Amino acid sequence: MKLRRSMLFVPGSNAGMLSNSFIYNPDSIMFDLEDSVTIKEKDSARLLVSMALQNPLYQKLEKIVRINPLDSEFGIDDLNAVVRAGTDVVRMPKTDTPQDVVDMEKIIENIEREIGRAIGTTKLLAAIESPLGVTNANKIAAASKRLIGIALGAEDYVRNLKTERSPEGVELLFARCSILQAARASGIMAFDTVFSDANDDEGFIREATHIKQLGFDGKSLINPRQIMLIHHIFAPTKQEYTHALKVIEAAQAAQEAGSGVVSLNGKMVDAPVIERAKLVLEKVKLSEIRE
Amino acid sequence: MKIVKEAIAGTLESSDVMIRIIPAEEEKITINSSVKKLFGNEIRNTVKNVLSAFDVANVHVIVEDKGALDFILKARLKTALFRATDEKPQWNKVIQQ
Repeated sequence: MKLRRSMLFVPGSNAGMLSNSFIYNPDSIMFDLEDSVTIKEKDSARLLVSMALQNPLYQKLEKIVRINPLDSEFGIDDLNAVVRAGTDVVRMPKTDTPQDVVDMEKIIENIEREIGRAIGTTKLLAAIESPLGVTNANKIAAASKRLIGIALGAEDYVRNLKTERSPEGVELLFARCSILQAARASGIMAFDTVFSDANDDEGFIREATHIKQLGFDGKSLINPRQIMLIHHIFAPTKQEYTHALKVIEAAQAAQEAGSGVVSLNGKMVDAPVIERAKLVLEKVKLSEIRE
Repeated sequence: MKIVKEAIAGTLESSDVMIRIIPAEEEKITINSSVKKLFGNEIRNTVKNVLSAFDVANVHVIVEDKGALDFILKARLKTALFRATDEKPQWNKVIQQ
C-alpha cells in the first residue's frame, strides 16, 4: 500500500530546493513546472527537474511532476523531458473534462512507446480547480487506468465561485466531497489543496484534521514543516490500533472455529469493519502510532 | 550544436550556478567558485563532457559557481547551450535514460 499523506511541492526553478528537498522524506515529492515557474525560466526548470528525477538522491521517493498545459508552448516539451527522465507520476494542470485526461494519456503513451518505457508506467494525477472540473469529477476519475488520484486546487476554484477562502472552509465543502466521492467510486485517491500560510500550524492542523475526517488520503504541501504535522494527524491512534488487533484476532478465531460470523465483545463484526482493521494495521506498519 | 549568440542560465543564489555562453574562436572554460580548489577539476570535466555530448566547439563557457551539485551544473549548462543556439532540443539526446 502506497501512502500519499504528504505531497511536497518544490518549485522546479529553485536549484537550492531541488538540491535538498529529498531530505524531508515526504510520501511524494511534487516538482512544479507550472505556476511557481516564471515564463522565462520554463526551459531551465524543465531541465533542472529532469536531472533531479534521474539523480540517486531522489531514487527512493515517489516523484511527481506538475507540467504546463498541453495547449501552452511548454506542455509537450515538459512531457518529453520528464517521461524520459523517469517521473513516476505526471500531475496534470487544470483538469476540466475527461477528454483532458484522454489527451494527456495519448501523448504520454506515444512517448513511452518511442523510448521503450513500459506502457502505462507513467501514472497520472488529475487536478480539479474549477466548477466545471468538480461537475465532471466522476467522469474524470474514470477516464484512465493511469490515474492514481484527484487533487483539489482551491485558489482558482474559489475565485471561480466568486467567493473567498475562509478558515472554516465551507466554500470548499461541496468540491471536497464531490472529488472524494468520485475518487472512491473509481477506486483512486483524493488529495486536498495546499494550506498556504506556512506559519499557521494551528490552522493547518485544523484543516488537515477536517479533510482526514472527510476521508482524504493526503494533502499537497508547500512547506516541509507541514510534513510531520500531517503524518501525525494521519497516523492511527493507539486506541484504533488496539481495536484493529482485536478485530483481526476475532476474525481469525471465527475462521478457525469454522464460523461465518465474527463477534467482538458481543457485537457482530462484519466485512467492512475487518477490512478497515486490516487497513489500520497496514498504516501502522508504514507510519507511527499516535496517542 | 552551433552556438550563434550569447546566453545566460542560472542564478547567483546559494547552491546554484550561473553559466554564460559566448561564441568564440576556440573552447575556453573559466571557473569562478569558492570551492575551486576542491572541485575545480570536476566542474571543468563536467562542462567538457556536456560540450562534447552536444558536439559544441568554439565557445567560451564562464561558470560562476555558488556550490551547485553536479546535476544542477549540468542542467544549467544545457539550458544555457540551448538558449545560445537556434536548434530545438532532441529529447532523446538531451535526456539520457
